[in-house]
Amino acid sequence: MYMRRYLNKTLIYSLLILLAVISFIPFYMMIVNATRETKDIIMGFSFLPGNALIENYKTMMDYVNIWAGFKNSLIVSVTVTVLSGYFSALTAFGFAVYNFKGKNKLFIFMLLMMMVPGQLGLIGFYELNKALGFLDTFIPLIVPAIASPFVVFFLRQYLASTLHPSLLEAARMDGASELKIFHTIALPIMMPAVATMSIFTFIGSWNNYILPLVVIFSPEKYTLPVLMGFLKGSQVAQNLGSMYLGIAISVVPIMIAFLFFSKYIISSISAGSVKG
Amino acid sequence: MKKLDHKGYYFIAPFFIIFLIFNIYPVLLTFYYTFTHYEGYGSPEFIGLANYARIFTDTQFLEAFVNTWKIWGFNFALQLGIALFLAALFSDLRFRIKGLGFFRAIFYLPNLITISSVAILFNIMLDWHYGSVNQFLMNIGLISEPINWLNQPFTAQVSVSLILTWMWFGYTFIVLMAGVSGISKEYYEAALIDGANRIQTFLYITLPLLKPIMLYVMITSLIGGLQLFDLPMLLTDGLGNPEGALNTMVLYLYNQAFRYNNYGYAATIAYMLFLITVVFSAITFKSMYREVNGSKATSKSKKRKAKNAKKRGNVHVYEKVSKQNTYI
Repeated sequence: MYMRRYLNKTLIYSLLILLAVISFIPFYMMIVNATRETKDIIMGFSFLPGNALIENYKTMMDYVNIWAGFKNSLIVSVTVTVLSGYFSALTAFGFAVYNFKGKNKLFIFMLLMMMVPGQLGLIGFYELNKALGFLDTFIPLIVPAIASPFVVFFLRQYLASTLHPSLLEAARMDGASELKIFHTIALPIMMPAVATMSIFTFIGSWNNYILPLVVIFSPEKYTLPVLMGFLKGSQVAQNLGSMYLGIAISVVPIMIAFLFFSKYIISSISAGSVKG
Repeated sequence: MKKLDHKGYYFIAPFFIIFLIFNIYPVLLTFYYTFTHYEGYGSPEFIGLANYARIFTDTQFLEAFVNTWKIWGFNFALQLGIALFLAALFSDLRFRIKGLGFFRAIFYLPNLITISSVAILFNIMLDWHYGSVNQFLMNIGLISEPINWLNQPFTAQVSVSLILTWMWFGYTFIVLMAGVSGISKEYYEAALIDGANRIQTFLYITLPLLKPIMLYVMITSLIGGLQLFDLPMLLTDGLGNPEGALNTMVLYLYNQAFRYNNYGYAATIAYMLFLITVVFSAITFKSMYREVNGSKATSKSKKRKAKNAKKRGNVHVYEKVSKQNTYI
């Protein structure tokens, strides 16, 4: 009996470890191959790193400046995260604290629009930005983040359960303006929820592919995902080692960030799905 | 009745101004384009319902529709199967498996990585002669000659499905585990006392109680799956090859608009896609919801278990089960 249980457990752990290996091995191969010469990669497969890292890096940089893509992605994602966090908090505050005509209708309308997939308005979005002269700039990637229905919804729910009206009354008695009340009282209260949403906003923006693909034309303005596509079609594709290195550079920073935030991210997913 | 306060408008104004300009207006403009022939320059030419007539007879769109379903369906079945199995293992009181935090994190990792990077990584790893996947499979003797993964319609679709599964099973597992942790331990203890075996516990307690959350997973996955774009775009030539096997609906939309400049027709594809998404989400929701409500302790064993549970003072376990089910 004990023997059987022991066997069972060993079997289960082997299975789990196998799945873990499958989850990680493509990334491991990517890192290993990034350090190997193309001719070695073609010859066969190895779990051990080579010594062509610097050469691969030079070859890649001759054709594609991956750090420029990195910088662009960072500019876009950080701005998007900040704008989305701030304005969503502002909107959530407006919905949670004040009573005005048409409030519920506007809120429901916003929720309904939340269901609409991004691709629906893609053509119109492109034409709009063409008409406004925003194509090939970061504006169409950044400014729409001011209106993030899901974040507003999440923050409003959060605010409704954490912000006590007496706090606001006290501040009003002290003569604080409404905007000041928002900045000094409501925003700090919302910060944990804003932070949770910010992680997902940032990841979403960082990984976004179709939108920058459609609105950005100049290679020097490419964000990282678009640059990856560009890399595949460029001369670098001849050099497998450099290709792997390029992909590794785009992936490793996120993996490192995940090392630090994994607990936080995973508990956010769990919380979001149970409430949502 | 609280008094009305117009100050709220100032706070929600920036949101709604940007929302109207960058969200509502493009959606309406796209709708207008569905009635036009428009190549991106000049002004759109009104052609009535011709685009709609075209889409219903367009074999390429039908093909894209079928491909999208095949790729998503295979991936979802596999993904949910793995995630449920893992959830069953980790929720079992008798196994007491350690390392949930570690496994969750590592299973979730592929989901976090930029899809376009993943696509290009697999584009070179699945290469016929030089790809690591074939090299590895031949090394361990699983295959005797290299498989041309991305150049045959069937294997290409399977590749995309498997990559999607690889990317998403961890996420699904986390969400299901969140559901499992919401299930009261009482049920499991009651089942344990009653001598229910593992499979019974899973089938009669975990599975029914997870239905609401499975509904959530299924609908979000379906909506995401119908919008499949990055992987098929970057795994092969961006045209949906081999033989159109990777032509998904959004890829078709993208190519019609930005490769062939058929903005009017692409807009129609976007609206069809939206319609399909709404219809299938509604069907999923309805069928799952009915099941959720219909699963109130019908089988004999359940009733017996409920009785036993009551006898032992475990408060109304099965009534609670069905109550929990109505949540969502």
